[in-house]
Amino acid sequence: MNTALPGTPLHVGLFATCPVDLLRPSVGFATAKLLEQAGCRVSVPPQSCCGQVAFNNGDPDATRKLAWRIVKDFEPFDYIVLPSGSCSGMIRLHYPALFRDDPRFDRVNRFCSKVYELTTFLAEVIDYRPAAPNCNLAQRNITYHDSCAGLRELNIRDQPRQLLKQCAGVDVTEMRDTEACCGFGGTFCVKFPAVSNRMVADKVDNARDAGADLLLGGDLSCLLNIAGKIQRQQNESPQLSKVQVRHVAEVLAGDLDAPAIGEGAEAQIPHE
Amino acid sequence: MSSVQPYVPNKDFIYRAADALADSHLQQALAKAGRGFVDKRSAAVTRVPNFEAMRDRARAVRQKALQDLDIYLLHFEKKVTEAGGQVHWAETPAQMREIVLQLCARHSATRVTKGKSMVGEEVYLNEALEKAGITPFETDLGEYILQLAKEPPSHIVAPALHKTRAQIQDLFLHHHALGERDLSAVEAIVDEARQVIRDRFLRADIGITGANLLIAETGTVAIATNEGNGDLTATLPRAHIVTTTIDRVVPTWEDASAILRVLARSATGQQTTTYTSFFTGARGDTDKDGPEAFHVVLLDNRRSQLLGSEYQEMLHCIRCGACMNHCPVYQAVGGHTYDSVYPGPMGAVLTPLLRHRDGDYQLPNASTFCGRCESVCPVKIPLPDLMRKLRNREQQEARFKGAGYWITKVFCALAASPRLYRALTSIGTKLAAALGARRGRFSKLPLLGGWTAHRDFPAPQGGSFQSQWRRNGKAQPPVGACPAGD
Ligand code: SF4
Repeated sequence: MNTALPGTPLHVGLFATCPVDLLRPSVGFATAKLLEQAGCRVSVPPQSCCGQVAFNNGDPDATRKLAWRIVKDFEPFDYIVLPSGSCSGMIRLHYPALFRDDPRFDRVNRFCSKVYELTTFLAEVIDYRPAAPNCNLAQRNITYHDSCAGLRELNIRDQPRQLLKQCAGVDVTEMRDTEACCGFGGTFCVKFPAVSNRMVADKVDNARDAGADLLLGGDLSCLLNIAGKIQRQQNESPQLSKVQVRHVAEVLAGDLDAPAIGEGAEAQIPHE
Repeated sequence: MSSVQPYVPNKDFIYRAADALADSHLQQALAKAGRGFVDKRSAAVTRVPNFEAMRDRARAVRQKALQDLDIYLLHFEKKVTEAGGQVHWAETPAQMREIVLQLCARHSATRVTKGKSMVGEEVYLNEALEKAGITPFETDLGEYILQLAKEPPSHIVAPALHKTRAQIQDLFLHHHALGERDLSAVEAIVDEARQVIRDRFLRADIGITGANLLIAETGTVAIATNEGNGDLTATLPRAHIVTTTIDRVVPTWEDASAILRVLARSATGQQTTTYTSFFTGARGDTDKDGPEAFHVVLLDNRRSQLLGSEYQEMLHCIRCGACMNHCPVYQAVGGHTYDSVYPGPMGAVLTPLLRHRDGDYQLPNASTFCGRCESVCPVKIPLPDLMRKLRNREQQEARFKGAGYWITKVFCALAASPRLYRALTSIGTKLAAALGARRGRFSKLPLLGGWTAHRDFPAPQGGSFQSQWRRNGKAQPPVGACPAGD
């Protein structure tokens, strides 16, 4: 589906999401690069949070306020694209519910139907196929973490795998229990640290058991959790195999100059 | 003694979870059971052409039943009465205990056999019976094990799921005076249980069972089991008492079959349970066996308050246990951590709604909202949504707001002005990046102790995305390799 007139590029509003905006801008730039390669015009209006934290912690009023800001600031665009399944799910599924009994419902609903998670947008909306792969990681053993909201709210599973094949020559090695949560869960990971730790430890074990040296995913918050666990384990037991963690957008765009998540400038390992 | 304890939100759950995570027997039992349930369900649902349609149908049946619950319940009562049975209404757990005790007295019972009944557990029926001098014999293997161990169930389908085979073996050797014997095989344990329990069926005055469904059309009680103990409990003694709740009713047999079709597949991955038994009324003149008296005790215990509320969908639950089998939190900490007859996601919603005990709101908080429960629930209950509503209700009722509440409030106020947010976060992320640049991560952070207790926190690359974008104006590689500046 392409709604723009022939010759006019689609104008996409990039909503980076808090974790990318604050912690890993390289994912935002990789997202923009992919969208531009796909022929879109990209804008980044001033932005903050989609409201998910407030929503999940029992504050619908504060959520509605943030949601309405985003609707107003982003509705001029043809599409709104986020490098996150979780925040896209929040907008697409939960905004309409939040405004169900509100006169603004129709406007919110119209807005939400233009909101897409990055890999879904690339694979399904504009059928992005790069002229040449942006990088070649065929030599790496790559596994993929399906973040929960993306997987179950938006059915994101095949899209990133298909794009990885096209953009980076990658065949994903599946780990055990790909459907299981990594234990991040927003404030859950600090409210219930021991349970969260157990979940992320299981996830990391599964990635190592699959022989992965690079774990990718579409949601930075889960990846921070997983990378943080891997690195703590490696500190404590240096003999453990090294697993790097990156957002899928960085690999798709071939933007691998920034150190992998949680790695300092000094710890850079050269990549192919 | 007046020592000031620091306020720890969710502390009961956290402490119980810590114990559970450190309990190697429990962890062994959970690891063994968990994957089995998941794999079996997944195989079962792929064997049918359209499990999704079966879920939709089951959901529609539950909706229909709850829509006119009063009508179906009254019809059920009428039909039970016509079949020579009797329906009793209990608003509270205390009333249910009272009614059951009166029935025991009426039938001069001193020994009762019991099939698995979560409602019996909900109202602490065994304790009440024992206090009245009546011996309850559990006949479901899992419940029997727990009776020996004096423990509550930890799973609604497999009540003794938290016990390892070795622990069960020890319990049997200790409680059954049967001399030297080898119980190292599961079959040996099951055989011994059968032998011990069988004798009790024959000596019982009353049999008490739960119910999976109540079929209004004919006043029939449906029970699904895998051990056949339900049948013996229901038919051998002089009287059969069914302890169940008002939300179990469905209008017709056709509706019952729509539920049974998804129940076993979701619970144990079976097409159907080994025994699905239907009981209608007391023994008739021409019947060769069956109880002389048939009683159905219907408990409300706040369920009717959920009708027409934003929580009504919770009453769809058919108690299959799939949500807990697929829940990463339940799988990590087991059922006892929920401190309720109803654990896992369904319990995290139901317990605060039915029990109203201090601390019950911790349960819906102990979820990552990963949504796996909802994706497997055979009647499509939006469990994460309902937990979220409970978190909202907790906030509304709270007299003291915790630190988390205020942090969220301040964050939201800031986020409501994107330009101010952009300016502040740009400075903040640069500062944090400068501190964490060398290693790329922090192993300790203020306010994030819960995170850094177990994992490092990746340092920001430096400068927010939007501020860099604004400066650079277009997509270009970030300054990630130089984490401190932009
Ligand atoms: S909530 Fe759904 S999945 Fe959980 S026990 Fe009830 S019916 Fe089964």
